[in-house]
Amino acid sequence: MSTLSRDDVAKLAGLARIEMTEAELVELASQFGTILDAVARVQELNLDGVKATSHPQPLENIARPDVVMPSLTPEEALSGAPAQDEQRFRVPQILGEE
Amino acid sequence: MALNYEQLVAKYDPVLGLEVHVELNTESKMFCSCSTTFGAQPNTQTCPVCLALPGALPVVNEKAIESTIKIGLALNCSIAPYSRFARKNYFYPDMPKNFQISQYDEPICFDGYVDVEIDTDEGPQQFRIEVERVHMEEDTGKSLHVGGATGRIHGADYSLLDYNRAGIPLVEIVTKIVPGTGKYAPEVAKAYVAELRDILRGLGVSDVKMEQGSLRCDANVSLMLKGATELGTRSETKNVNSLRSVERAIRGEMLRHAEILETGGKVKQETRHFQEDTGLTRSGRSKEQAEDYRYFPDPDLVPVTPAASWIEELRATLPERPSIRRKRLQEQWAVPDKEFAAMVNADVLDIVEATVLLGADPTKARTWWLGEISRIANDQGVDIKELSITPSDVAELISLVASGDLTDKLARQVVEGVVAGEGKPSEVVAKRGIKVVNDDGALMAAIEKVCAEQAETAEKVRAGHLPAAGALIGAVMKETKGQADAARVRELLLGHLGQ
Amino acid sequence: MIFKNAADMAQALAAQEVSSVELTQAHLDRIAAVDGDVKAFLHVDQQGALAQAAAVDADRASGKAMSPLAGVPLALKDVLAQKGVPTTAGSKILQGWKPPYDSTVVSKLKDAGVVILGKTNMDEFAMGSSTENSGYGPTFNPWDLTRTPGGSSGGSAAAVSAFEAPLAIGSDTGGSIRQPAALTGIVGVRPTYGAVSRYGLIAYSSSLDQAGPFGRTVLDTAMLHEIMAGYDAHDATSINAPVPAVVAAAKSGNVKGMKIGVIKQLQGEGYQKGVQTRFTESLELLASLGAEIVEVDCPSFEFALAAYYLIAPSECSSNLARFDAMRYGLRTGDVDGASAEAVMAATRDAGFGREVKRRIILGTYALSSGYYDAYYGSAQKIRTLIIEDYAKAFTKADVLVSPTAPTTAYKIGEKVDDPMAMYLGDVATIPVNLAGICGMSLPAGLAEEDNLPVGFQIMAPAMQDQRLYQAGAALEAALSSQWGGNLITKAPALTGGK
Repeated sequence: MSTLSRDDVAKLAGLARIEMTEAELVELASQFGTILDAVARVQELNLDGVKATSHPQPLENIARPDVVMPSLTPEEALSGAPAQDEQRFRVPQILGEE
Repeated sequence: MALNYEQLVAKYDPVLGLEVHVELNTESKMFCSCSTTFGAQPNTQTCPVCLALPGALPVVNEKAIESTIKIGLALNCSIAPYSRFARKNYFYPDMPKNFQISQYDEPICFDGYVDVEIDTDEGPQQFRIEVERVHMEEDTGKSLHVGGATGRIHGADYSLLDYNRAGIPLVEIVTKIVPGTGKYAPEVAKAYVAELRDILRGLGVSDVKMEQGSLRCDANVSLMLKGATELGTRSETKNVNSLRSVERAIRGEMLRHAEILETGGKVKQETRHFQEDTGLTRSGRSKEQAEDYRYFPDPDLVPVTPAASWIEELRATLPERPSIRRKRLQEQWAVPDKEFAAMVNADVLDIVEATVLLGADPTKARTWWLGEISRIANDQGVDIKELSITPSDVAELISLVASGDLTDKLARQVVEGVVAGEGKPSEVVAKRGIKVVNDDGALMAAIEKVCAEQAETAEKVRAGHLPAAGALIGAVMKETKGQADAARVRELLLGHLGQ
Repeated sequence: MIFKNAADMAQALAAQEVSSVELTQAHLDRIAAVDGDVKAFLHVDQQGALAQAAAVDADRASGKAMSPLAGVPLALKDVLAQKGVPTTAGSKILQGWKPPYDSTVVSKLKDAGVVILGKTNMDEFAMGSSTENSGYGPTFNPWDLTRTPGGSSGGSAAAVSAFEAPLAIGSDTGGSIRQPAALTGIVGVRPTYGAVSRYGLIAYSSSLDQAGPFGRTVLDTAMLHEIMAGYDAHDATSINAPVPAVVAAAKSGNVKGMKIGVIKQLQGEGYQKGVQTRFTESLELLASLGAEIVEVDCPSFEFALAAYYLIAPSECSSNLARFDAMRYGLRTGDVDGASAEAVMAATRDAGFGREVKRRIILGTYALSSGYYDAYYGSAQKIRTLIIEDYAKAFTKADVLVSPTAPTTAYKIGEKVDDPMAMYLGDVATIPVNLAGICGMSLPAGLAEEDNLPVGFQIMAPAMQDQRLYQAGAALEAALSSQWGGNLITKAPALTGGK
């Protein structure tokens, strides 16, 4: 039975930028066994030579002409902002590399 | 014991990898119709798509696809008959979706090359730089870090985000690893970026201004002991904002790697930032967790399958390769190597060619642009292309001098006038009343007047002391408001004084 | 008035027997009377709806040409952006957010003069099959208020089922329109993928999502379908072709000579007895109307659930990354010195519910390096096999059928702690989404064990949506004449009204 440990879940939560509580990590880890078994069924068939489908309709080359259309006003753009300053989105200090 | 450069290249072989990002000059963004005009007020060029509002969807810009194919063709790449967009997933506030739409294992162009020529001790040498891929992606927004000492990210209290640049079309050009450059690694890298820049400019797909960020270079460097088979650990250097910086950054990294290796250390695989003032690189913040981008084909965009006939149409529109063009012009204009290199370095080739195409003599065109006009540009601290004088103006000027209506000296006054915005050469001549005094009679009158006023000096010349004539010629020039032909004045003066 | 069909309401409006304002007010009154128990709505836009209604009345009075559904009210799943109106996707992370733009579907509704009464409840970000995953509490099934209405479009289905609106719009990624329609005794359609614009539809799984119509009759649903569907240049996955003639098909309702394929894998064991019985009876009815019933074999369908629960979480793990407290929505954890990264992580933990977090983690895992080929990559290949199975089946039949869901509506709280049990409810609807074709659920009757609605599912090839309405209308007419009226007339009375 495939499974994920609490630490595995913690790593994934980090990649997904969700700060989970200890209880959440443990609960998820316990549920994952059944779920992974169920989804791992996709490996049961011999899929050699089968092409993957990422789009249900066979559309290709959909593009738009290089023409400028009106943008949102800055008020509209910033309307949902949790914090703003000088017509810009204000965010807490960023630790990562620029 | 730190090695100097000569010692380092005697012991180690550098291996390069260059990633260049090009901002395309399309009117609208990569995946939405917002304007791409530079310098607008913050957050005035955004929409649900480039702000990544819930529910928004991307639609690719057809001009961006066209420009990317042209770039691939100009770099001798194969154009993929089928390519897709992929999501590169990571979190960063300047990237609204927290994924970047890019291309992963199915880039639109691949397997190309660029040939460059550099000057070596043994004479000019050719290098072929293989291009692994050319692909499309989108740029991020811009952050202002507030509260820290230097405006840099470290120590900032908070950041302010402007998403005007989020979604600007970018093309990424990645080389295969470049071995075998030896001690010329910095020059080869610089020549590659310069050649790329010229090719892109010739295609008209980008402004390619490194200082403005429309052409960005990330340089990867590693060292391996001569004769070794395994590559050394590489470092990546970002923030390389000029051709000169490319050269300095690579040289600097080679020295830094050598120093580490010589003391028995291991080079860290990391991203570093180039610092203009010192020419050294600074370590970027090290990441605790290696980023897993979890690439997968973007389900909101459909595959790009350019028709072979379209690709051939585009291939036919490609301009002459810069290196071919340069050779052709040098031959046509009969310019010696050193002088031609000076023109290329000063970036006046296009402007000189435009002048020649209007009928001007190539040597004279070159002399004017590289000489007087470059001097004015330098004095004013601007780029030569920003001056108000055009190839047509210079061509007119040259023909006025050739026909005798202007002397070289007077022509310089006219140039001043044109640059100052007084109009075309003929207009400046009219406004300022500049004309060559051709009339010998008028000249003689001036000469006689000056000789009378400076009798002593005139005597000296009569006595055979020719250098003294200079002062008299100068006075005659003044008398004629500089409009006399100095050579003719000299001739007449000496004749007058029996020499 | 509120117990009429939308088609009849439209006729009355056109004949100016009733005004849109009156009609709208009647529905607002109904909502006020029963929604305290049903909890279908997250936001009722009283002012906006009456203003829209008044504008339609004015246009009509001035002699302007009106769209067929002009002035008829509708309930909108809170997954679609409506400018200036709170849009939450059923999540706390978007509490209070008002979009600065309209989704294309909403633009089309406004152009057609349809009156939007308000935004309905849903499983958070469309992830769920019971509406119990909503960040704002569940919706209750009008047939039995202790049971779920299904999900994720449970609010929209319940609203129509409780006569709070004659029409509603939902979204269907794995069955989220069809299954609630089945559980609440109404009609729900999941159009061909690409037929309805996804611009402004808050994304869950981009290659599977599609917005679609709910109605109490097949014709009502067709009328709404025709208005919502159509090419949109803002959506690169939008199909540039005319909307199939679904209204005409709904009016004709003829199955003579139609070949109807029963999918071997989607019936029998695992299906509640009453569900299976109603299904079989409906088949017999269709046969008596001149249809030919054949059996088709779709072996890859056994793996559809597994493929879906890899593809959808993978795509959603990426689609939901944008909810990071920087530009809109909830921001929490913003205390002295907290970094942007910390605020992002705290907000996402506080704002997302358990099911959403579960699927994001699963998706992150499936896409991570080293696992991509085994999980996501394999799932996309299974998808190809499903498409091929459908293609083969459609050479033998014009439409394919199955029960919509294995069970009738279950009790609130019954499956909420057992994710796998919840997922199994989608087994019959998921293959449609993976293949990108269209599907309809219409009422087949009540299960005798519990007197709860059972849904009959019809499937048709991509861009052949009219076949759903053709077969559906025929079955509906035959069943109605058996019941002496639509199934919904048998719905129990709710507080404050029928």
